Amino acid sequence: MADRPVPVIEKRLMDVKLGELGTWLGGRDFTPNGLLSAVRRGHDRYYNKYINVKKGGIGGIAMVLVGYVALSYLWEYDHIKHDRWRKYH
Amino acid sequence: MLSRLVVVSAHGLKSSSPLGAGCYVVSRSLVQASRSLHTSSQSRAPLPPLPEKGGQVRHGIFPEEIFQLLYPKTGVTGPYMLGTGLLMYMLSKEIYVINHETFAAASIGAVIIYGVKKFGPSVAAFADKLNDDKVAKAQEVKDVSLTSLAQAIEDEKKEQWRVEGRAMLFDAKRNNVAMQLETNYRERLHMVTNEVKRRLDYQVALQNLHIQMEKEHMVKWVEKSVIGSITPQQEKESIAKCITDLKALARATQTSATA
Repeated sequence: MADRPVPVIEKRLMDVKLGELGTWLGGRDFTPNGLLSAVRRGHDRYYNKYINVKKGGIGGIAMVLVGYVALSYLWEYDHIKHDRWRKYH
Repeated sequence: MLSRLVVVSAHGLKSSSPLGAGCYVVSRSLVQASRSLHTSSQSRAPLPPLPEKGGQVRHGIFPEEIFQLLYPKTGVTGPYMLGTGLLMYMLSKEIYVINHETFAAASIGAVIIYGVKKFGPSVAAFADKLNDDKVAKAQEVKDVSLTSLAQAIEDEKKEQWRVEGRAMLFDAKRNNVAMQLETNYRERLHMVTNEVKRRLDYQVALQNLHIQMEKEHMVKWVEKSVIGSITPQQEKESIAKCITDLKALARATQTSATA
């Protein structure tokens, strides 16, 4: 499928080689509009894959909830650190 | 299953979904080419039908893609080993700390899993039934309009067939009118001949009357002149003759009666 050379910025993340990662990140759109559109795209991908189907399962919202739990644990880690059982691991 | 209820409620906000997809399309086209075929973010193409099943998820929270990713290298148990290893690492290094929240999470998790396993299928069937009802209603509207349109086509064809017969109808009407005209003409002809005949008869009768009156008048005049010419002398002689004749006749009958 590599018939004509595509500029690095426009490749999808999975097609970017490790060495090109820097240039790829540098070329991405980090303006507020760009960020919003990226969030929108991500939401649409997830929504159309797991929720907007005829027979969806529990996975659609369960993954969102697990992600919420994990993220909130991460944000509270500095506070949870004090409940550790041992000081040295 | 709960996602199905989300879909049922989110279908009310269905306008956001094609708009979101349209925005995505427009942004990609702006990146790649400066000209775009669609000038507005709405496209008139019919929506593709919803996929039957969503992305596969194992044990409710792990997408199937992870298992497929690791299968060539580590086989079927690879992801489970990875999971166990990660869990052990996090517990031993106390990246995940066991405290009162762990117990709460475990209880809540147990209740949720029990609830999902027990009531999942029935809720899914209920949401499916809601969706099916909506689809059936839309389908019914479509079917009704289809049948009514087909009926309209049939009626139209019938009207076209009727128009063909209209020429014969006009011929019959034209014949009727011609016949009426003819009848009227003949009636008037009859009337004219009758009237003329009456007037001519009147003239004939008038002439006959003239002739008759002249005849009668002449006869009366002749009679009158004859009666006037009988003098009284002649009248006496004629009466005497009549008496002698009568006597002779009476003598003749008497003799014949006695004989």
